[in-house]
Amino acid sequence: MTGYSDVTIWLIILTVALGTYGLRWSFLGAFGSRPMPLWAQRLLRYTAVGVLPAIVAPLVVWPAATHGEPDPARMIAATVAVAVGVATRNVLAAILGGMATLYTALYLMT
Amino acid sequence: MSAQAGLAAQPSHSPDQSRALLRSPAQCLRHGFLQALPFILVLLPFGMLFGVVATDAGLDLPQILGFTVLVLAGASQFTAVQLLTDQAPALVVIVSAIAVNLRMAMYSASLVPWLGGARPRDRAWISYVLIDQTYALAIQHYEKHPRLSMGQRIGYFLGAALATCPFWLLATLLGVWLGNAIPEGWALDFAMPVTFLALIAPMLRSPAHVAAALVAVVASLAFAFLPSGLGLFVAAPLAMLAGAGVEVLMERRNGARL
Repeated sequence: MTGYSDVTIWLIILTVALGTYGLRWSFLGAFGSRPMPLWAQRLLRYTAVGVLPAIVAPLVVWPAATHGEPDPARMIAATVAVAVGVATRNVLAAILGGMATLYTALYLMT
Repeated sequence: MSAQAGLAAQPSHSPDQSRALLRSPAQCLRHGFLQALPFILVLLPFGMLFGVVATDAGLDLPQILGFTVLVLAGASQFTAVQLLTDQAPALVVIVSAIAVNLRMAMYSASLVPWLGGARPRDRAWISYVLIDQTYALAIQHYEKHPRLSMGQRIGYFLGAALATCPFWLLATLLGVWLGNAIPEGWALDFAMPVTFLALIAPMLRSPAHVAAALVAVVASLAFAFLPSGLGLFVAAPLAMLAGAGVEVLMERRNGARL
């Protein structure tokens, strides 16, 4: 049992859903075709390369699976994934290269 | 045919770019769908795990599906369920789960130059299926092929969304039905980081992009001590500033050389 009433849980689900949709819709929906200022466009060009590595870096350096202990296998695998991705510009090749390296490294190190 | 020949003959386009410009919206949809398919490898275990964790937390099937269909954001769903398990006050659950999705507002803003001219109806459903994977794929595609028509851009996004979002639902259902069936030895905790790295790597095509990514890594590690993922909201703006700063420097240097 959760200790919350069904109404509370549904209230949480609906509020989080509305809030999340609001964030996603915010600029795209409200701004529309009005041009963005140049400085904003310049900053926003780096959204993807600014956000995704910042999410990933702590997960690679302090993996939850090792209870936050730095793990050489995961760091090597991350390096290989980036290297394959830069060299081939192919997302699938980078994923497979990274996971293959991780399995090999985990196998060799245990 | 003559239009094709004309486009193909333009020296400013690579063959790849010319091919992209010639696709019909339906072909763009298929193209986006195929390019997004690899993400199923990651979404399936991640979604299954959500089904397992949410069941363990005591949620019933309609509530679990409510999260998956209405929120449609993995990290946020995990945050909410974790806090529910910890018996946190409802307001804390709501604020934390929404805060995890603040990056979506940045994604939304960065899509404006590409999709801002679409019909309000299209912008409404694109907002619903705006997840890390569809965003990263689409922005990469749009920047690589800046002259795509609006129909081509929307088709690509729809294709990428169709190859990802339904599988998130399917994965959650499998997790609820099968329970904890994934062996720990598969090291699936690493599936998500690897996907994101694979998405970033092809974007590192200018010194400015590399600088932004490096600052993102260093700053996210330096500010990792901040609670509930707040480090991201220090690191990401710093990284974007770094990228824009290097871009300005490069432009000035190129300008001086001319």
